[in-house]
Amino acid sequence: MQVEHAATGHPLADTVARFAWAIPVLPLLGFAVNGALALRAAGTPGPADPSAAGHHGDAGHGHDAGHHGAHDAHGAHADHEAHDHPARHPAAGLVSIIGPAVLALAFGLAVAVFSAMRGAGEGMHAPYILTLFDWLPTGKLDLAVAFQLDQLSMLMILIITGIGTLIHLFSVGYMQDDPGYPRYFAYLNLFVFFMLILVMGASYPLMFVGWEGVGLCSYLLIGFWFSEQANADAGKKAFIVNRIGDFGMLVAMFLMFANFGTLTYTGVAASLGDVAVGGALVTAICLFLFLGATGKSAQIPLFVWLPDAMAGPTPVSALIHAATMVTAGVYMIARSASLFSLAPAAQLTVALVGALTAVFAATIGLKQWDIKKVLAYSTVSQLGYMFVGVGVGAYTAGVFHLMTHAFFKALLFLGSGSVIYAMHQAYHATHNHADAQDMRNMGGLKQYMPVTFGLMWIATLAIAGIPPFSGFFSKDEILASVFARTQHSTLAEASWLGVPGSVVLYAVYALGLIAALMTAIYMTRMMLYTFHGPNRTGEAERGHLKEAPWIMTGPLVVLGLLSAFGGFLNLPALVNVGWNEGLHHWLEPVVGEGTLRVTHGEAAHLSHATEYALIGTAIAIAVAGIAYAFARLKPEALTPAAEAPAEQGIAKTLLDKWYVDELYGKVAVRPTLGLSRVVLWKGMDVGLIDGVLVNGSALLARTLGWIGSQLQSGRVGTYAWVLVLGLISVLSAFTFR
Amino acid sequence: MTQFLDGIGYAGWILPALLLLPLLGAVLVVAQGAMHKGDDASAMPAARQLALGIFLAEAVLSLGLWWALDPASPDWYGKVDLAWIPQWGVRFTIGIDGIAQMLILLTTLIMPLAVLGSWTSVREKTHSYYALLLILTTGMLGVFMALDLVLFYVMWEVMLVPMYLIIGVWGGQRRLYASLKFFLYTMVGSLLMLVAIVWLGLQAGRGGPPVFGYDAIMVMTKAAPVTGAMWVFLAFAIAFAVKVPMFPFHTWLPDAHVEAPTAGSVILAAIMLKMGTFGFVRFAVPLFPEVAMHPTVRMVMLVLAVTGIVYGALVALVQPDFKKLVAYSSVSHLGFVMLGIFAMTVESLQGALVVTISHGVSTGALFLLIGMIYERRHTRQLEDFGGIAKVMPIFATCLTIVALSSIGVPGTNGFVGEFLVLLGSFPTQPWFSFVAATSVIFAAAYLLWAVQRIIYNPLVKPENQALKGHDLNWREIGLLVPLLLAIVWMGVYPKPVLTRTEAAADRLVRGVEAARLSTLRKADGTGLNGEGR
Repeated sequence: MQVEHAATGHPLADTVARFAWAIPVLPLLGFAVNGALALRAAGTPGPADPSAAGHHGDAGHGHDAGHHGAHDAHGAHADHEAHDHPARHPAAGLVSIIGPAVLALAFGLAVAVFSAMRGAGEGMHAPYILTLFDWLPTGKLDLAVAFQLDQLSMLMILIITGIGTLIHLFSVGYMQDDPGYPRYFAYLNLFVFFMLILVMGASYPLMFVGWEGVGLCSYLLIGFWFSEQANADAGKKAFIVNRIGDFGMLVAMFLMFANFGTLTYTGVAASLGDVAVGGALVTAICLFLFLGATGKSAQIPLFVWLPDAMAGPTPVSALIHAATMVTAGVYMIARSASLFSLAPAAQLTVALVGALTAVFAATIGLKQWDIKKVLAYSTVSQLGYMFVGVGVGAYTAGVFHLMTHAFFKALLFLGSGSVIYAMHQAYHATHNHADAQDMRNMGGLKQYMPVTFGLMWIATLAIAGIPPFSGFFSKDEILASVFARTQHSTLAEASWLGVPGSVVLYAVYALGLIAALMTAIYMTRMMLYTFHGPNRTGEAERGHLKEAPWIMTGPLVVLGLLSAFGGFLNLPALVNVGWNEGLHHWLEPVVGEGTLRVTHGEAAHLSHATEYALIGTAIAIAVAGIAYAFARLKPEALTPAAEAPAEQGIAKTLLDKWYVDELYGKVAVRPTLGLSRVVLWKGMDVGLIDGVLVNGSALLARTLGWIGSQLQSGRVGTYAWVLVLGLISVLSAFTFR
Repeated sequence: MTQFLDGIGYAGWILPALLLLPLLGAVLVVAQGAMHKGDDASAMPAARQLALGIFLAEAVLSLGLWWALDPASPDWYGKVDLAWIPQWGVRFTIGIDGIAQMLILLTTLIMPLAVLGSWTSVREKTHSYYALLLILTTGMLGVFMALDLVLFYVMWEVMLVPMYLIIGVWGGQRRLYASLKFFLYTMVGSLLMLVAIVWLGLQAGRGGPPVFGYDAIMVMTKAAPVTGAMWVFLAFAIAFAVKVPMFPFHTWLPDAHVEAPTAGSVILAAIMLKMGTFGFVRFAVPLFPEVAMHPTVRMVMLVLAVTGIVYGALVALVQPDFKKLVAYSSVSHLGFVMLGIFAMTVESLQGALVVTISHGVSTGALFLLIGMIYERRHTRQLEDFGGIAKVMPIFATCLTIVALSSIGVPGTNGFVGEFLVLLGSFPTQPWFSFVAATSVIFAAAYLLWAVQRIIYNPLVKPENQALKGHDLNWREIGLLVPLLLAIVWMGVYPKPVLTRTEAAADRLVRGVEAARLSTLRKADGTGLNGEGR
């Protein structure tokens, strides 16, 4: 098939890139070893024994589930015992080396491939396709397990393995006293393997393998502390909600196969030559693909699983539910740029849903008390921005924000992990069962955790969009692209459910600004309540608050640097330093054509004056948000969670997340269960088919009932004999005739 | 390997040998039982060891089939054709193609695992039990091999009786109800089939002695429409649909599964249900393609198939008994096979065959796991469990992997089959494929919910806490490992399976397509409807 042929003579064929298959295989090996260690240790009694360790001993667990009232659910005695004698897993030493080492090696190899790719220069206008073996060869389908190495997958590989390494290192500290330590690293390694398959696969089905694989690991890690029902519920919810999206992806693949006869990226792109812009088929394909994206990337209407996913360990939230997996939908749309650029109505849908999600999630983020919940809704909101970017055909801008967000959100989550870790250690020392994740129990932490405090402020300024931090550049590029598309683009000229495209785009732009304002507010609120003002942790606990060990703060420092300076990878053309638009040029061979189709073949053109005005607006909004938060929020007026009054009115509605979960439960979950139980099972199966039709012929059954009575008389041996003899005589009738 | 097999004349004797060995084994087991009369304690170990030995020998013998068949060859492999009852025109004709090959291998490899799975749970009348399992094996293999319609019918019945007894004697509380229901359901279907076979044989005989040879009847139905083809097809279809089971003929299955002993459930799910789908692929569809592809018939079959997929999944969602849940999930999975068959593309048919095999592996493994936990807890009610992963981590790991395969997560066998069925059905039957695809959501819901209630959640019940130290033993791990390996292997590298069935699937699709087109042409040319009535 075309993949074989594309690989020959490619400039990367004779470089280290031909070993790129080892990038995913390394974490797979890690999974195998750590998984074996987990099972082996689990089988032997001792400190690792699951029940002897009671409720998953120590660091970083119970508090993660804190918002679900997990501490009440804990058996108080078992908990105390386990906390007093934290027992490290017997295999912990080996696991601590293998887990992060396979990631570091994969990252090293990725860097080598990256430099080979840079060396190939112009030759990289076609992807390098590395075919490993046949996968599904049947009929017209000819799918191979093949990796596609190009600028887009390369960038994703670097993000995944790079940030993955940092988060694995952080986990060594954060999870060190957990009885499930090897299991944790096994899952985390497996996740990285599937995530790499997702971005490296050269076809939609292979992407789907990674897509569902990361969902599986997400499920396992959200429910990592499965003895709390809330955690197990959250994992299951994530998987099932994601499967709704996966249904969309499947249908998109079926449509592509039925109409193009192929499912590889190169094959699909080559089939689009005579497809008209705005056709029904390509629009349907894109909308079904986007349904998949709303699941994995937590957009309206399928975002509900992500906040619950915070039940998992905090490093998992950083890696899977912020930096990598949840951005898979954005990657998928960028990967499908040639499809989406042919379907303006679908693109406008993507942009509008992204913008609405950005605002909607931000409103909820304004009123959460759980520090991880704030970050969770912030993630949903920022993912919305990325969809706005890829939705308006500014694929580079969307991917740029994906990257900077990976930096600053990983930092924010790991930073919150450090905070939770410190809070937990303090509560642990005093046997206090207060919620270690509730910001009302924090306050004034800057004096106890100055490094975390400083780094998290960098990330906050980055996400709020303050120059020169990374998030400013990526968010600005998205908003500027939306503004530019309102003129001279296929999007502006298209109509969306009868509304002119340009109107939709102006609305998206306005929503983007509103979300930006709220982002600045809720992030500043989080920083104020956590680090500023007086401390509310408790008299006895205060003395135990301290900075996390270096294995945890080290990765934070690296992420801090990336959050601060990562934006320089794609400086706008406005600031002429000679290496502007680096990412833009890098991704141009992959997504350039798609973008140009949206803009009628011209580079996006905004006058400098307009561009300065847009930048000024964005900065003004970010500064206004931060200033508002500083002016209006009074950390010193807060009371600890236990004494806090119940929320009321709109604040309660926001805290309760607009009751979306309750709505889904009422209109989808409970009716389905009711239908299945009452109508189908009891009604149809037991009632109609069995009751009326089958047992209606009970008369017949009763006349044959003597067979049953014979059975109980113990003469079955006779039966067997008769059967054997009968068979033998029948067979010998022809054999010896 | 092929040379070695040729050297020992493998093709000449392997099929009769596979049929005879279990029968001889049954005689041996019964004879051994006569020596241990009345002494269950000493009989049990002897019987199970003997039976296991025979099943292992059978499995080893059959392994050569993997290499022996040339998938591209249009001839039957290992064909044996002997006169049997000449005055009735009945012959003993057996032979296999790539499809039968895979099902035979599935049977011979599952059987030793089923024996190992009931190693300690069957303690009474053990010799009769193992003798019945062996006879059952001959019947099942005979169904996959038969190329004479009467022989096919005989084998079909041979396998019915032992299963009836296995459920009725070694089953649970309501075993009599369940076994009778199983017996009556299948009996009604197979009697219809017998009438149809006789009718066909008489026609093929053209006034002389009847002819029941598969190839001869195929030639006849291809040459000219058979009188009453619609009724004959219907008789076959009902017999097979009951076995599959297709909605609404499925209600015997949950009862049979719940009451059957572990090995019975495993064999029922892994192999016997496949008799029904195999019947469609070997007999009902290729012999009467113009009926099977008649728009109304096809529509009915597709509607029933997709109804089964969604219905089975929804009903599985609310089952309190784990075995019942898996039984309904079988209804859903087998619906995929039927969808793949009646969508009639190479991809969908290949998918159907992969589901056939992989459902055998995964659901077989699920029933084995249920048996293992049942032996420890004496309950299958989901609400009785919780937190088992803490005390039985190996069991939990195995259950999770098998459940994921049943859900159809990519990388496992379950995905390959369902994906190919849906992908292959979409070009010809987009709406059916679309609706069937929704089951990916429900499948995740019912199985993950069940898994959660068993191995996750708080470990609070004392009975479950007492499971500590009673994780799977080496026998149990050993019998699960081949199934787990098959799950991953068929998910990652299904090519060896696909290439072995490709030619047979391709032939079927082309044959059916040719018949459909000629029917259309006739309809156009004469203005009459050419439905072969």
